[in-house]
Amino acid sequence: MAAPMLRWVGRGRLWTFARVDGGSCHRRGAPTGSTSNRIRGQSSVAQQPLYTTQKPRKGEHKWAAVVGLEIHAQISSNSKLFSGSQVRFSAPPNSLVSFFDASLPGTLPVLNRRCVEAAVMTGLALNCHINKKSLFDRKHYFYADLPAGYQITQQRLPIAVNGSLTYGVCAGKKQSQVIPKTVRIKQIQLEQDSGKSLHDDLRSQTLIDLNRAEGQLRVDANISVHHPGEPLGVRTEVKNLNSIRFLAKAIDYEIQRQIDELENGGEILNETRSFHHQLGCTMSMRDKEGKQDYRFMPEPNLPPLVLYDATSLPAGADPQQVINIDQIRETLPELPRVTRERLVQQYGMLLEHSFTLLNEVGLLEFFQNVIKETRAEPKKVTSWVLNTFLGYLKQQNLAVSESPVTPSALAELLDLLDSRTISSAAAKQVFEELWKGEGKTPGQIVSEKQLELMEDRGSLEQLCHSVMEAHPQVVMDLKEGNPRAINKLIGLVRKATQSRADPAMIKEILEKKLSS
Amino acid sequence: LLRRLRQENPLKQGQITPTELCQKCLSLIKKTKFLNAYITVSEEVALKQAEESEKRYKNGQSLGDLDGIPVAVKDNFSTSGIETTCASNMLKGYIPPYNATVVQKLLDQGALLMGKTNLDEFAMGSGSTDGVFGPVKNPWSYSKQYREKRKQNPHSKNEDSDWLITGGSSGGSAAAVSAFTCYAALGSDTGGSTRNPAAHCGLVGFKPSYGLVSRHGLIPLVNSMDVPGILTRCVDDAAIVLGALAGPDPKDSTTVHDPINKPFMLPSLADVSKLCIGIPKEYLVPELSSEVRSLWSKAADLFESEGAKVLEVSLPHTSYSIVCYHVLCTSEVASNMARFDGLQYGHRCDIDVSTEAMYAATRREGFNDVVRGRILSGNFFLLKENYENYFVKAQKVRRLIANDFVNAFNSGVDVLLTPTTLSEAVPYLEFIKEDNRTRSAQDDIFTQAVNMAGLPAVSIPVALSNQGLPIGLQFIGRAFCDQQLLTVAKWFEKQVQFPVIQLQELMDDCSAVLENEKLASVSLKQ
Repeated sequence: MAAPMLRWVGRGRLWTFARVDGGSCHRRGAPTGSTSNRIRGQSSVAQQPLYTTQKPRKGEHKWAAVVGLEIHAQISSNSKLFSGSQVRFSAPPNSLVSFFDASLPGTLPVLNRRCVEAAVMTGLALNCHINKKSLFDRKHYFYADLPAGYQITQQRLPIAVNGSLTYGVCAGKKQSQVIPKTVRIKQIQLEQDSGKSLHDDLRSQTLIDLNRAEGQLRVDANISVHHPGEPLGVRTEVKNLNSIRFLAKAIDYEIQRQIDELENGGEILNETRSFHHQLGCTMSMRDKEGKQDYRFMPEPNLPPLVLYDATSLPAGADPQQVINIDQIRETLPELPRVTRERLVQQYGMLLEHSFTLLNEVGLLEFFQNVIKETRAEPKKVTSWVLNTFLGYLKQQNLAVSESPVTPSALAELLDLLDSRTISSAAAKQVFEELWKGEGKTPGQIVSEKQLELMEDRGSLEQLCHSVMEAHPQVVMDLKEGNPRAINKLIGLVRKATQSRADPAMIKEILEKKLSS
Repeated sequence: LLRRLRQENPLKQGQITPTELCQKCLSLIKKTKFLNAYITVSEEVALKQAEESEKRYKNGQSLGDLDGIPVAVKDNFSTSGIETTCASNMLKGYIPPYNATVVQKLLDQGALLMGKTNLDEFAMGSGSTDGVFGPVKNPWSYSKQYREKRKQNPHSKNEDSDWLITGGSSGGSAAAVSAFTCYAALGSDTGGSTRNPAAHCGLVGFKPSYGLVSRHGLIPLVNSMDVPGILTRCVDDAAIVLGALAGPDPKDSTTVHDPINKPFMLPSLADVSKLCIGIPKEYLVPELSSEVRSLWSKAADLFESEGAKVLEVSLPHTSYSIVCYHVLCTSEVASNMARFDGLQYGHRCDIDVSTEAMYAATRREGFNDVVRGRILSGNFFLLKENYENYFVKAQKVRRLIANDFVNAFNSGVDVLLTPTTLSEAVPYLEFIKEDNRTRSAQDDIFTQAVNMAGLPAVSIPVALSNQGLPIGLQFIGRAFCDQQLLTVAKWFEKQVQFPVIQLQELMDDCSAVLENEKLASVSLKQ
C-alpha cells in the first residue's frame, strides 16, 4: 500500500495510517520455513483469511495477527510544510533552514498550500473521506533533532479518513496469479518533519541537520497476535522500516516471535522495537523508560484548516485563499485500479499482466505507445512487452527509460511479424539486434540479415529435400514409427533457412514428402 | 502627544529636530535609570534612526505621524541585532536575526527605537518584579502628587524603600512612557499585562482584538491569548500606533484578513446619547478597593448624565475565569517553553554527560521558579490521563466566558465599563508578601477574561487616589470594534482630565523635563 506514496518526495510529511487487520494465521507445531506467505496474508483484507499455507490440525489453536502500518512519506513540494524555506535533495546540511525551522522564539507556522493540495489529492486517490475541517496538534517530546520540543501534526481531526486501497497479492504455484485485495486506510495527516540526527560515536557527539530528513519513506508497523474471537493481543511497534522488503521481513519475524513467546507461556510487552537488517530480527529499543506521554495539545497558531467543495464554496471567494476539493478531484490522474480495469477490458489481458504493466515505472506508457503504432494484436503486444522487453530490462537491470529499444522500433518489429514478413524466431533475432542500440530500424536489420520469411514454396521444398537426403538416419527413424523425429527434421530445415521459414509450412512439406 | 505632534507637529515645523528629541529622551533614560525600565538602551540605533528621520523631514519626505518619534519595545519582542532576553537567564545574550512584525512596522513608519523594556520573566507576572534584571519602579513613586500626600501621612517611613510597583508584566514599557523617556511603548497582553501597568502608571493601555495585530516575533506566553499591547499617554496616540500596527500578516496565520478602516482616526464624540454602556455586576467583588469602586460608579454616572444608556449586565461565568485561565495558560506555557533546551540558542549549562542531563540542568538554571512552576503545572494538565479533566474542561469554560460577552453585546451594549485593577499600585515590599501566582490571580481578575474572548479592551487613567496614585478604568469592546472602543475611551478621557505626572523633583535638570513636557504632556485639559 505504500507504493503510491513512494513517489512522494519533498518536504513536509504525509502520514498515512493504514490499518491492516490481518487474515488468520494457522499454525501447527514448530515454525516452518513458509512464514512469508503467512505474512502476506497479514497485509490483506480485514477479518477474512486470505489464504493459509497450512491447515491447523484438530484441537490446535489458530492464531490471527493484526498489523497496522504508519507510513511516513514526504510530499513533493518546493517548500516546507510550515515555512517558506526550500526543499532540495542533498543540499548542504542546514542550508535550507528558515527561522521557523530553527524554532527561533516568536516564529509561527504558516501552512503550505501545495502540501494541503497534495494531501487532499492523496486522500482522494485512496478513497478517503476528506474532512472539510481539520485541526493541527502539537506532539511533545524532547529530542535533539526536534528543536521546538514538539512536532506539529494532525492527531485529533486529520485531513482525510476512512479510505481504502486495492492492491494485488501474488498467489498460486508460481506466484503468477494475482488476487486483488483491499486494505483500509484509517487516516491521512499532515505532519511536520523532524530534523536529522547524525551520530558521531567516535567523538560522542550528535550533529543535527535541520534541512529535515531526506526524501524517504518510513514505516512503523504495529503488530499483535490473538486467537480469533478473543480480544486483540498486546501490540508492539517496529519503528523506522525504510524498505518494503524489510517491512515484510520485520512483520514476518515479529508475528512469529509473538506466537512463540505466547505459546511458551511468555507475555508480549507494549514496546517499541527496531529491526536489525543483518540479523533479520526485531529487538526491543529500550530507549523509553516507561510510557511516553506526548501531551498532545491543539496548535494555537494555526486556525482550523477549512476546505471547500463546489457546494460550500463561498460566492466571490478568492481562489488563492481557498482550496476546492472538487477542483483537485478534476486534476486527479486515472488511478491505477481504474487503469488496470481498463487494460483488462480494452485489451483482454490478464489481471496479473495489468499489475505488471503498472508496477514498472514507464512500462504502461511504453506499452501504450507500441499499441498506438502497431497493427499487431494487443495480446501479441502484451506478450512481447511483458516477456521479451521486460525480460531484457530485468536481465540488465535497466529502467524502461534506459531501454535501447524505442516503442516505435518494437511497433515496427511487431508489424513485420504481423504481416508475416518474418517468423517469430526471426523477430527475436531482430529484437536482439535492436537491443544493441546501433540505430538500425527493424526493416533494415531484416533486409541486412535476410531474415524475411521464405514464402517461396518451391525453394523451401528444395531445401526440405536436401535436408532429408543429408540425414537418412532421421528419416529412417521416422519411418520406423518415431513421430518425434520429424521435429528434428523441422529444426534442421529451419536452421538451413536461418529461421526465416514458417515451421508450420516446413512441417507440412516434410510430411507430404515422407508420405509420398 | 502624537496627536499634538500631528496637529502642530513641532518636528515638521522644525521647532525641534528628531535628533534633539532623541537625545532628550536618551538623557531622560539615563536620569531615570534607577527605575529599571529598560533592559537594553539602543542609543546608537536610535540616534542613527533619528539622523535618517531628520533627513526625511528636511527633504519634506516624512513617513507620517510616527516619523522621528521615540518608542520603546518590551523585551519579549524580537529585534534584529538587539539582544532580546524576556528578562530570563535563558535568553541572556540571545540576539534575534529578525524583527517582530510590529517592530518592523514601527521602524517602517520612521519611529526611533530607544530600547528594550523590562518585564517579568517571559511576561509571567503582574508586578514586573520577577525578571532576572530586577523589579521595575513606578515613576509615580517619585511624583510630586504622591510625595505630597505621603508627607501628610504621619505613618510614612523610609521613602526610598517604599517605592511602588508598576504592575505588569509590561511594567518597563509603562515606566518608560510614564517617565517621558519615549512617547509610546509596545507591551504584550496575555491576561492584562498591558492594561494593568497602564492603570498603575497613569497611562492608556490598549489591548487590540486578537487577530488584528500580528504576533510574529513576539516570544509567546499563551499563543491563543497573546496580543501586542500599546502604552501611550493619550487615546489618540494609542490609535495612531494601532493604525501603524494593525493588519493581516502572512507570517501570522491568526491575523484576520477583513479590511479594517485605516488609519485609525478617532472622531471626537460630541454626544454619547446613542451609546449603551454595560456594567458587569460580577465585577463588583469584595476585594475591590472603595476608591476604585467609587470612581467606577462615578464614571457610570458620568455616562448616564451625558445621556448614555447605562445597563447592569451579567457575565455569569466570570468567577471561573481565573482558574480556567490558569489551566490554559500553564498548558501553553509548558508547550512554548519546550524549545528552550540550550541546544540552539540562549543559555546552556556546562553539564555534558548526556543530552537529557544537559536539558534538565539548562532549564533548571535558565528559568526562574515562576516559569518552572507553570511548566510543571502545564505538563500535568496535558498528561493523557488529565487532558479531558483539565484542558478540555478549561476550553469549554473559555467558550462559556466568551459567550458571556457575546450575550452582553447582543443585548444592545456597545462597550463594557469595568475596573482595571482592584486598587492603585502597592509598594514593592507589600507586593512581594504574596507569591507570583497569588498575585497574578488577584491582579488579572478584571482583565484576563477579555483575553480568553479575544476582545479589544483599554485602560484609561481616571483620577488620582487619596494617596496621589493613578487609578484606571477599563472599557471592553466588541471583537474588531477597536475603533468604536477607542472613540468612547477618547470621549471619557476628555471628561475626566487625568492630571499629568509631576516628576520635576525627580530630575536634577528641571529645564529638560519642562521643555520636554511641553511635548510630552497629554494636556488634553487645555
